[in-house]
Amino acid sequence: MSAFESELQAVADRVVEQARPGEQVEAFVARGGETEVRVYQGDVEHFVSAQSEGIGIRVIHEGRTGFAYAGTLEESAIAEVLAEARDNVQFGTVDEWAALAEPDGVPVTEQELWNERLAEYPTDDKIDLAKQLEKLASGTDPRVRVDDANYADAHGESAVASTTGIRMSGRENGCYVSVSTLADEGEGDDAETQTGFGFSVGRSPDEFDLDRAAREAVDRATRLLGATQPPSKRLTVVLDPFVTAQFLGVVSSTLNGEAVVKGRSLFRDRVGEEVASPLVTLVDDPTNPLAYTATDVDGEGLAARRNVLIDGGVLRQFVHNSYSARRAGTVSTGNATRGGFAGTPGVGCLALSLVPGTRSQEELIADVDDGLLVQQMQGLHSGVNPVSGDFSTGAAGLLIENGTVGAPVREVTIASTLQRMLLDIVEVGGDIDWLPMRSAGMSLVIRDVTMSGS
Amino acid sequence: MIERDVLERVLAGAVRGGADFAEVYAEDKRSTSAGLDDGRVEQVTSGRDRGAGVRVVAGETTGFAYTSDLSEPGLAAAAATAAKQGGGGVRTVALTPSAPHRPNTVQQDPDTIAKAMKVELLQRMNDAARSHGPEIVQVSAGYGDSRKQVLVANTDGVLTDDEVVRTLLRVSAVADGDTGMQTGYQSMGHTIGFEVFDTVDVEELAREAARQAITKLRARPAPSGTMPVVIEHGTGGVLFHEACGHGLEADHIHKGASVYAGKVGQQVASPLVTLVDDGTMPGEWGTLGFDDEGHVTQRNVLIEDGVLTDYMWDYLRARKDGRPQSGNGRRQSYQHLPMVRMTNTFVLDGPDDPADIVSSTPHGVYVAKLGGGSVNTASGDFVFGMTEAYLIENGEITEPLRDGNLIGNGPKVLADIDMLGDDFAMGSPGTCGKDGQGVPVGDGQPTLRVKSLTVGGTSS
Repeated sequence: MSAFESELQAVADRVVEQARPGEQVEAFVARGGETEVRVYQGDVEHFVSAQSEGIGIRVIHEGRTGFAYAGTLEESAIAEVLAEARDNVQFGTVDEWAALAEPDGVPVTEQELWNERLAEYPTDDKIDLAKQLEKLASGTDPRVRVDDANYADAHGESAVASTTGIRMSGRENGCYVSVSTLADEGEGDDAETQTGFGFSVGRSPDEFDLDRAAREAVDRATRLLGATQPPSKRLTVVLDPFVTAQFLGVVSSTLNGEAVVKGRSLFRDRVGEEVASPLVTLVDDPTNPLAYTATDVDGEGLAARRNVLIDGGVLRQFVHNSYSARRAGTVSTGNATRGGFAGTPGVGCLALSLVPGTRSQEELIADVDDGLLVQQMQGLHSGVNPVSGDFSTGAAGLLIENGTVGAPVREVTIASTLQRMLLDIVEVGGDIDWLPMRSAGMSLVIRDVTMSGS
Repeated sequence: MIERDVLERVLAGAVRGGADFAEVYAEDKRSTSAGLDDGRVEQVTSGRDRGAGVRVVAGETTGFAYTSDLSEPGLAAAAATAAKQGGGGVRTVALTPSAPHRPNTVQQDPDTIAKAMKVELLQRMNDAARSHGPEIVQVSAGYGDSRKQVLVANTDGVLTDDEVVRTLLRVSAVADGDTGMQTGYQSMGHTIGFEVFDTVDVEELAREAARQAITKLRARPAPSGTMPVVIEHGTGGVLFHEACGHGLEADHIHKGASVYAGKVGQQVASPLVTLVDDGTMPGEWGTLGFDDEGHVTQRNVLIEDGVLTDYMWDYLRARKDGRPQSGNGRRQSYQHLPMVRMTNTFVLDGPDDPADIVSSTPHGVYVAKLGGGSVNTASGDFVFGMTEAYLIENGEITEPLRDGNLIGNGPKVLADIDMLGDDFAMGSPGTCGKDGQGVPVGDGQPTLRVKSLTVGGTSS
């Protein structure tokens, strides 16, 4: 969020003023809108334009917490939400650590997260962007069809206020284009279709790189044509930047302060120890303006900040919101996450990245004798257990032989454990790419991974 | 929620610019949830979501807008945003209310149940899981219920009114031992009220999660490679959901983005397989009276004795093909466009004794509980996770295995089902994700064997 005196602040303030003696009250108020355009074969398939708003209220009294929300800002509804949250307090268990965040004096790093150009961008031009992207992706290779081409933007403003002295409001907007492709080859029983995708994100459409989005969507789909299932073996994997970003997302759940204080993190007793290859320095830094999820405040209204989690392979710290920090006997790292007005703050990394190396993907591959360039991972939610560390996902990509990329493979899994994979990192690429998720990606080389196939 | 004459005027206004179809979908949902973790009831949450989505179709183009303002001006403004502006004709809309269709009988509206009773369920599960064994070091449990009133009206004259009640319980346990931590998970969910707890043994659900976690403490790494896989009844419906369910959704078919396009009437699975999608099964998680386009839900046979009989349809796709809808138009909420989705998807009983299926497998993997999955409908490749599995050696279930994914290709796996049990059971409640929207679905199947699947472990 960029600092912005929102009229929503007054709505939040009015709720907090109603706190009774002994009560802690927090109100989070949000309003937002979205545009979504999907184009198919030159025509608009659908066009979505909408606004929504709502409020979430948290009440803590004598160590018990209650919460309620409503998807409206009507005065009568707000009164009902406060009454429900109060009613819910009595059913919570007394928790000595339950309390709202308090201002901690950490200065806010101002961000430019509101773009006036996007706010005023004409609708017809948004539709044209999706049409252009579809044309670019379908015009270069006769084997490639476009499944859909999309333009989407969103804008939001929010305000939070609490009896503990938090008072913060802001706004942000952003947009992206994306395209899904299908590549066909063969006929009859040999017919084969592979899929690809490409996207470009920006604070305004002027930042889009449509050519790159189209090229990547075409390459991703066509590169896998003719893929077969190879025999099982142990090899070195080179993760594409997009895949690395997904991998880092899984790693981040083990560094979550809430998982740590509740005994669910496999790294809970490991601060100060070597948990990864010395090449690994993992930083969560939402104050980096290049990050797609850059922000100046966290979900509780504290300043977002740069935190080094793993330094040269040594685990330094976890990320916390005010609750998990209080339980861990430390202070919030500014990592409260909030999914909107309908929930209370959780804990999570906000903009995670490895400190990049220096070499390109080609250079990394040149050093691999027997490996797999992983272009897609499938089933991260079903085959990875961040509590035990077991890691197994579906994969598709290209085999690497003696430093050269070769045949495409499909219907394989790659497996190891999170603990081993972090230690087995051989090199971090220099090709950092900020993706539309909470992690950046770069090529990553991990040795001794099991590829299961035929 | 909204008066009939208001709906008629809003719909007429929406198509005034020349559009050929308009629809109002309105919902009013009240929900309660409670979470227990680390021995504490962390908080009870009350929620209210209320609003309407207006869809206007002109030719191949759909416009959509939503609002939380259910007044006539609010709806008219949303309709104007959704409609393509332009001059044109005048049309009147006359709505005819559909006869009620209520597959579920709700006896105890969760709204009328004291919150303390809901919270007590969580404490009972926490106690049961923790007392199952000293290895259990952490338990989290969640309760959720909702009552959603839904109204759908469109320019074809459809007017439906429905109420959907949901009750959900989940529990997860962490066990700690010499080999690190392991997890167990169980859940149950039904489209009926609080009376579900008259028959569900919540302690047993919690003990089952605890048992799973403790069992896995002695698990060895899963094997790596291709082998026969036996899947326990009532847990593997997700296999069909991914291997062919999504590929039978008509939107994928229309775009040529499914391996099953153009295959109606052809053998697409082992002759043992009859696959059904049925939105009318009383109490099941994917059950609805009407789909989210106001079309009455029904039982659709998708594959019969291995032959593909039909796809699943929503309003737009059925209109394009000039055929009836199948009750599969669904959406996450009033803020989302409907699309083709599954309801309860399951495979009917086969001829085999489940015990024979294991005993006739010399070497393979027995999956007692599946996790989630996902599919690429265009290539047919799909994965699904196993969260409780064992090795099969010499026709017997032996050592437990650590978690992992399995990967296969839909048409190949369907053809490779070589044994099908006679012990059909429905599975746990699921949330199916597609194009950013999640909807509740059910699945089920008897014990079955796939003669060759790739198991993604690390052990050769």
